[in-house]
Amino acid sequence: MAERVITPEGEIKIETRDLSVYYGDFEAVKEVSIALPSRRITALIGPSGCGKSSFLRCLNRMNDVILGARSEGEVLLDGRSIHEADLDVAQLRRRVGMVFQSANPFPMSVYDNVAYGPRLHGKPGREALDETVERSLRAAALWDEVKDKLRQSALELSGGQQQRLCIARVLAVEPDVLLMDEPSSALDPTATFRIEELMVELAQQYTIVLVTHNMYQASRVSRYTGFFLLGELIEYGLTVDIFEHPQDRRTDDYVRGRFG
Amino acid sequence: MSARRISGPRATQAVAFLLLWVAAAAVVLPVLGILAVMVVRGAGGLSWGLLFSVREGLLPAVVGTVCLVTLTALIAAPLGVAAAVYLSEYARPGPLVRLIRVSLVNLAGVPSVVYGLFGLALFVMVLRFGRSLLAGACTLALLVLPLVISASEEALRQVPRRLREASLALGASRWQTVRGVVLPNALPGIITGLILSVSRAAGETAPILFTAAFFSLTHPFPRSVFGEILALPYQLFVMATEAPNVPAEVKWATALVLVVVVLGLNLVAIVLRARLRRARRW
Repeated sequence: MAERVITPEGEIKIETRDLSVYYGDFEAVKEVSIALPSRRITALIGPSGCGKSSFLRCLNRMNDVILGARSEGEVLLDGRSIHEADLDVAQLRRRVGMVFQSANPFPMSVYDNVAYGPRLHGKPGREALDETVERSLRAAALWDEVKDKLRQSALELSGGQQQRLCIARVLAVEPDVLLMDEPSSALDPTATFRIEELMVELAQQYTIVLVTHNMYQASRVSRYTGFFLLGELIEYGLTVDIFEHPQDRRTDDYVRGRFG
Repeated sequence: MSARRISGPRATQAVAFLLLWVAAAAVVLPVLGILAVMVVRGAGGLSWGLLFSVREGLLPAVVGTVCLVTLTALIAAPLGVAAAVYLSEYARPGPLVRLIRVSLVNLAGVPSVVYGLFGLALFVMVLRFGRSLLAGACTLALLVLPLVISASEEALRQVPRRLREASLALGASRWQTVRGVVLPNALPGIITGLILSVSRAAGETAPILFTAAFFSLTHPFPRSVFGEILALPYQLFVMATEAPNVPAEVKWATALVLVVVVLGLNLVAIVLRARLRRARRW
């Protein structure tokens, strides 16, 4: 077992120990122990329903929102459990931002979308807010396209722009970690390419955990890859190793496209 | 050959369509029929004096009904929306929620005259509102509350889950999410539901029979929420049953005015919904 799940080099941002997720009686994630490196992209791959999204949603406790969902085991963020009683879930979610599968901008202006987070957590002044909005949009590589339509509805943007807006919205609350749940699965190849470029760029500053069922995406952008199957973490290692020298036959079958 | 024709899928479809048309007509025709009868019989009774004369006309009753409906909406809206937000955003399924739902269903089934008597006992007598605008509005608010709650809940449910998740994932509390994302997007539906509910209240007679309405008053317009009022449905009710020497066409004209007020409210709701819907699409 030991050689199939490695400990990455460098600083560890998030670590899970025997993390399981249940929806009612169904065990969606089974005792997953994994260490995710700081300021790198870690990809989680596997066929639909393998538990990778459920796992991801544990890292910012978004599973708490789902009725009948519960988890066992530990999640450590910078060495501290995120299930401690005195931990503020809102603060956790600020530090661990999430980008969803389908772009979900609020039906309000581009500006208000990005300003939504900062406004939740205080009363930023006009100028400070303008600055945060611009910085976030620039960081999400969207500024040049929307700087003249900040007051327009976000719903008028294209799908790819909407997804980058959602990334800008997350960046505006200054997280350390970005959880990305198949962020480009609803986008065309050009928009997907832009998101991937952006992820690589962002990984210099942020720890990114990317759930994807696009294996090529995982191999293009990530440093480490974990392969999930039926709720279990089958194999975890450097992305090159996972794709070129997988140790487990099931990983080998999956990355060669024999199933999934 | 003819046998095959009758049993073919096209024939079945034709029969089904015919039945659906009949069903639709069964809904639409009575409405049009009632309207037509009222227009034909009542149009002759309509006159400037009937509509706008304060002493002999319907103006005080129209004003009374408008006041009653507005106050009803003001009372029912915060209660109803708050209850709907609780049920849709906060409550976890359990015995309490089941109890609330059963109560709502039963409340919606209570005959309106019972509301009237309840209003008389609680608002008029125990709370000493007297027979007044306020007592009538409170009674009507109770009557429409189940409708307002279910319409608001439906509107809240229409707000996509992914918007709630986006807000929560940014570190918003449940309440911040409700206030910042859910309520603004549910507002068109809530307002429409509210107007449709109170427009139903506008035509009710029994609940205001003992709680608010008079047939004639020395002060025809309400002076405060504790004032007595005239109201269209009650006016019509008395004209039709007790008051002697009211010409038939005046009765019909009164009915017509009442229906126009109610349909007018519904029309406002429909226009508002169309406008607000166009403004937000997700």
